[in-house]
Amino acid sequence: MLLGIIDGILTGGVYALMASGLTLIFGVMEVISVAQGIFVILGAYLSYSLEAHFGIDLFLGLFITIPALFIVGIAVEWAFLRRLKAQERIAMSILVTYAVFLIIEGVLNIVYGTNYFALHAWYVTQSVELFGVYLSYIYIFGFLLAAGLLAALYVVLYRTRFGASVRAAMQDRTAASLVGVDVRRVSTITFGIGTAVTAAGGMIYGATNSFNANSAEDLISRLLVIVVLGGLGSIGGALAAAVLMLVIEDVVAVVWSPDWATVIFFLALVAVLSIRPVGLFGRQAARAQ
Amino acid sequence: MRRQRDGKLSRRRYAAGSIALAGGLLLAALGSAGVAGASAAPHKQSPVLIGVSLSLSGDNAAYGQAFKQGYELWADYQNAHGGLLGHPIQLKILSDASSLTQLVTNYETLITLDHVQLILGPFSTLFTVPTEKVAHRFGYALIDGAGGGPEAFAAHYRDYFDVSVPVIGQLLPFAKWLATMPKKQRPTTVAYATSNDPFTQPMIPPAQKVMQKAGIRTVYYKVFPAEVTDYTPIADAVAASHAQVVVLGSVDASTVAAFMQAFEQTHYNPKAFIATSGPDSGSSFVSAVGASNTGGIMVPDQWFPSTDNALNHAMTKLYLKKFGGTLNGMNGEIGGTFSSGEVLAAAVKGSHSISNAKIISWLHGNHTIQTVQGPVKFNSVGQTFGGTYIFQWQHLKFVQILPKGAPGSVKTILYPKPVWGQGG
Repeated sequence: MLLGIIDGILTGGVYALMASGLTLIFGVMEVISVAQGIFVILGAYLSYSLEAHFGIDLFLGLFITIPALFIVGIAVEWAFLRRLKAQERIAMSILVTYAVFLIIEGVLNIVYGTNYFALHAWYVTQSVELFGVYLSYIYIFGFLLAAGLLAALYVVLYRTRFGASVRAAMQDRTAASLVGVDVRRVSTITFGIGTAVTAAGGMIYGATNSFNANSAEDLISRLLVIVVLGGLGSIGGALAAAVLMLVIEDVVAVVWSPDWATVIFFLALVAVLSIRPVGLFGRQAARAQ
Repeated sequence: MRRQRDGKLSRRRYAAGSIALAGGLLLAALGSAGVAGASAAPHKQSPVLIGVSLSLSGDNAAYGQAFKQGYELWADYQNAHGGLLGHPIQLKILSDASSLTQLVTNYETLITLDHVQLILGPFSTLFTVPTEKVAHRFGYALIDGAGGGPEAFAAHYRDYFDVSVPVIGQLLPFAKWLATMPKKQRPTTVAYATSNDPFTQPMIPPAQKVMQKAGIRTVYYKVFPAEVTDYTPIADAVAASHAQVVVLGSVDASTVAAFMQAFEQTHYNPKAFIATSGPDSGSSFVSAVGASNTGGIMVPDQWFPSTDNALNHAMTKLYLKKFGGTLNGMNGEIGGTFSSGEVLAAAVKGSHSISNAKIISWLHGNHTIQTVQGPVKFNSVGQTFGGTYIFQWQHLKFVQILPKGAPGSVKTILYPKPVWGQGG
């Protein structure tokens, strides 16, 4: 039971990091980026390439992969999303980002093949014993990284001028434009940031799971569930939902049966949404922060 | 004026975006291969079109791609040896993206729209069962190399033939080896964790029965769904059981890697570790778990790249020429797919026809067919019987270890298995 809770919290933090970009992008741009899963895997592959070919440590490699994915995000927003009209943005964004997903998946399949890869470093397989429970360093470091990046995201959103622009755009794009916010620029940078955080999520994912390009298909469904449960547009909600999802699944898997783990979680999801259709920290709440 | 300019710019941007999108989708299509290429040698006669649906993307992509290699290899080999009754073989491969719905659509498309004359099977029992129904409905012979779960034979279709031995007894050589060990060496506890897949789950009970009878006590038994968000709690529970033997019902290298990583993190090193699938996927397994962790890992299978028969030597030589790499890097499914082709070729030759009805009838005619996996002969429900073997990774080589003394089995068995990280 204790092990299930600890596993759930540590893994939940990593999933929160992967989902935070998705929820941020929706909050500002009203874009549902189903490409988020493949960005995570792209981040994992970039970390793999840096580690395997240049011997760069996985965490140090983030200084390269995070800016790289930021640029990828900016390019995707510029090439595909900027053109979407406001009235059809949500529906069309799903289609367009799915196309982006397929493009990147296809390219990764060509470049890396369909073999499974894993990221290697001493902290991936080593662990520390606390109260009779082994805690692996990669999960601890991953959780700390997730907490640090989510905190940084919070500071950017709530303690900077750019963050004020982002929050203004989240509340009302038209009104934000009228008061002088360059909503297009804010959207582009937000999509870049939302994509950049997947570099960190991808590195941790690749260090805790073996992966190939097709792993993204499983990942995106989980990320969307986290974002819906947490409330579209809420970063705190994403964190709470990810931890809740993983704790429920892990505890049920250990205490009862892995067969029921997903079922119980989805029952909890339905229960939450029937009481709070906007999710745990729904959009209205997020905007009111 | 300004509006016109904006309009032009906007159209230009749309055009640029559309070109980028189209180009990208083309790359994606090439990568995930919605339609794979044909393979034919120069022949004067019209080609025989053979249809297959494979999971070239999605969860089963690693095995789907191995199947594609196996079928293409067979087509090349057969075309170099006269094709089918002098007709060159042309493969039409569609990708089902690991979706059962798409799989059914693909076979219906292949038969009704593409008018393929013959079909070959997809990867795994899960995908074979719905394919059998389509094949039966249209009267096509379905020859397959990886659909040996009991569910595949439950419908008693006369048009289904699995060239590999049924999976149900595949763990028995492993269980018998442990059961017959001297008491001092014999492990006393075993943990089972298996996916609810129709290929893996049926393998566990017969092996458990043998081990229980020999006093090897079951200390953990859990069935988990095919899609699990986090394997850590299940793997941690296996580790907490301190079982001396672990039997993992896995369908891919990724699942095996997740358990192995969790075991290593908890300093749990069982004496023996066998997984039903995954360690047989060659280079994919090595890259997923890391070379230094492969030592001692076992897997049941019927074929391995160094199988000692003339047909296999010819096939592996062709494989290395066509795809490069090493023998140990070959996926274990390639033998089954190549054998499927060999059986089809033998049936066409034997029945002097590419009529599915005649092929089905001939395959039920008690004929023995030589394949790279060994001799094949079908019973009334399309099962074949023969040796099942246990393979082990030893110093980055994939070798046959059980049954002891069987042709091809090496004498050394890594038992207890090396400590994690020291078994490359």
